[in-house]
Amino acid sequence: MKSIKSLILASVFGLAATVAASAGTLDDVKARGQLICGSNPGLTGFGTPDDQGNWTGFDVDFCRAVAAAVLGDAKKVKFVPLSAKERFTALQSGTIDVLSRNSTWTMSRDSTLGLSFAGVTYYDGQGFLVPTKLGVKSAKELGGATVCVQTGTTTELNLADYFKANKMEYKVVAFEKNEEVLKAYQEGRCDVYSTDQSGLYAEVLKFTTPTDHMVLPEIISKEPLGPVVRQGDAQWFNIVKWTYYALLNAEELGVTTANVDEMKTSANPEIQRLLSIKSKNEDGTEADNDFGKGLGLGPDWAYNAIKQVGNYGEIFDRNLSQLKIARGKNALWRDGGLQYAPPIR
Amino acid sequence: MTLAYVRTEDAPKRPPPATTAGTWARLRDQFAPTPLSGLATIVIAALLAWTAWTIIHWALISAVWSAPDREACNAVGAGACWPFVKAKALQWVYGFYPIEERWRANLVFLLGGISLLGLLVPQIPLKGLNALFFFLIYPVLTFYLLRGDHFGLVRVDTDQWGGLLVTLIVALTGIVASMPIGILLALGRRSKMPVVRSLSTAFIEIVRGVPLVTVLFMASVMFPLFMPPGVNPDKLLKALIGVALFSAAYMAETVRGGLQAIPKGQYEASMAVGLSYWRMMLLIIMPQALKVVIPGIVNSFISLFKDTSLVSIIGIFDLFNMVQSGFNDAKWASAQTGNTGYFVLGLVYWAFCFAMSRYSQFIERRLNTGHKR
Repeated sequence: MKSIKSLILASVFGLAATVAASAGTLDDVKARGQLICGSNPGLTGFGTPDDQGNWTGFDVDFCRAVAAAVLGDAKKVKFVPLSAKERFTALQSGTIDVLSRNSTWTMSRDSTLGLSFAGVTYYDGQGFLVPTKLGVKSAKELGGATVCVQTGTTTELNLADYFKANKMEYKVVAFEKNEEVLKAYQEGRCDVYSTDQSGLYAEVLKFTTPTDHMVLPEIISKEPLGPVVRQGDAQWFNIVKWTYYALLNAEELGVTTANVDEMKTSANPEIQRLLSIKSKNEDGTEADNDFGKGLGLGPDWAYNAIKQVGNYGEIFDRNLSQLKIARGKNALWRDGGLQYAPPIR
Repeated sequence: MTLAYVRTEDAPKRPPPATTAGTWARLRDQFAPTPLSGLATIVIAALLAWTAWTIIHWALISAVWSAPDREACNAVGAGACWPFVKAKALQWVYGFYPIEERWRANLVFLLGGISLLGLLVPQIPLKGLNALFFFLIYPVLTFYLLRGDHFGLVRVDTDQWGGLLVTLIVALTGIVASMPIGILLALGRRSKMPVVRSLSTAFIEIVRGVPLVTVLFMASVMFPLFMPPGVNPDKLLKALIGVALFSAAYMAETVRGGLQAIPKGQYEASMAVGLSYWRMMLLIIMPQALKVVIPGIVNSFISLFKDTSLVSIIGIFDLFNMVQSGFNDAKWASAQTGNTGYFVLGLVYWAFCFAMSRYSQFIERRLNTGHKR
């Protein structure tokens, strides 16, 4: 029964994908003069409306960077808030150009939905929240703990795997709703609250005594979140992917919103290639360093994104530092994290 | 003849027993006729007082009245977080409607309010013209005013509409559209023509058999997949149609209840005087049937008004969704933000539903249906 259902679903989705992918997304966006970005209807730090009704957040800013790279203006983007259930169909049916809405990259989504993940902008994973008075500094010390989790999610399974692998005893207190889990934790019915780490940080904001709780550094599951595009449009896929890489490279090279104009005179060949600054080759010929051309974009593609939105680290700090989220796995590779961008050359 | 045991004059009047007259006795009769009920009264009164005090303490006494961000609201023992409401209130009314264009939404509110008042208050004349304006001109006017793109107005797509504006649009569309469709469906279901009857019955039973959430999901998620690329009807429009058809099915059953309450003699008498089917319905049957089911109709309206919050599931930013999305704003996320938001939300929904309920009671009294119990 299940296989028949998935077959029907896959064929329906596949059909939609092939039909929608026939038009070039870049041309559509340019003709429209606006990027249409699928966003989260409300997730602390990743996509929420501010007091003036402007969307703010990590995922939202990534769309702005793509708009700046493609159209030269970070404001030329329309956000379409999508629920978890409608996000992929919205992309497949061509309602949106790119989906930047904390979506986890998994094999089945890659292989059966007719979608492509353009990178991992945020490495999330299941984490642990504990009261500081418990005196625990690492998840490895949680043997014998009572853990509050939400039922029906992968959270419970991950938990079982982790404690089994580390040969520790534990007890689960599970609830249907996230609010109930949180309440149980606050009432002290369990020692540990476990869910996605970014979610833990967001919940701590709502605690009256946030300093009495701490998020343990360990992540016990893989939740790679990133922007998604339709399969079959290689050019658009490259644009989204390389916008992300450009933001990462900019951080690595120390190019920020504030200094990107000065950096235009930099002698560092990597920066010259990032910002499309002409340079002299050793044999005296001129290299134009215009890597935007290969994407079908203007030479200012990376400059606009960095100037108007900021590099990866700036976007991260602006949106997630208020949640007190540490860079952790999202630090640059040279700082021990997983964020690594191929070179622009 | 006088009998020794018969009195010749009235007995002197004595005051009524203190225990059965006067305010005190009446109070005692109502609240504590027996010691056990007296105890119950005390317990219930104490509970009520405690609840009232808790709410007042939370909403007024320990509430935070002004603060730039979440810090003050997150303090230990802080009550309602009113600065959050203040910061977001306009957003709750207009959604993402551009700030400089909000006068258009205000104009829509104003015109609708005046016209509705004219319709609802019996003393105001020109009912016919007013109804013409409200049911035919006003919806078109609302659409062009809010969406713009004509007459020099900037285009504001429906995905930027939100908050109370969208809640009222969905509710009013549902209420106004469900009435005529529902009446036609109810007549169709009682029709003697087999095709009309079975189609009406099938529609009513199918739509009533699925939850509104399913209807909305089908409209927003599945529908685009069956359409050629690029053809994607507006999300709000899809929701409006879904809500209207859904409430029409319920309305049809309410109206059918009214039709069944009308004695057969009324039908036969109308036919005997030579009225056609439509004239019989319009002049004789419907006026009586609808009067009987006013409570049922208003019940449908009220539940429809609250059901509008379900459109938030398909990502439409109605009042409910708009309030909720504010909870996740890192600037305001605190222990009391959610409570305050839901409190205000509840008050707003309650105010609208209570007003509808009171108005229906007023209309019932005025029409004096004779079926009142």
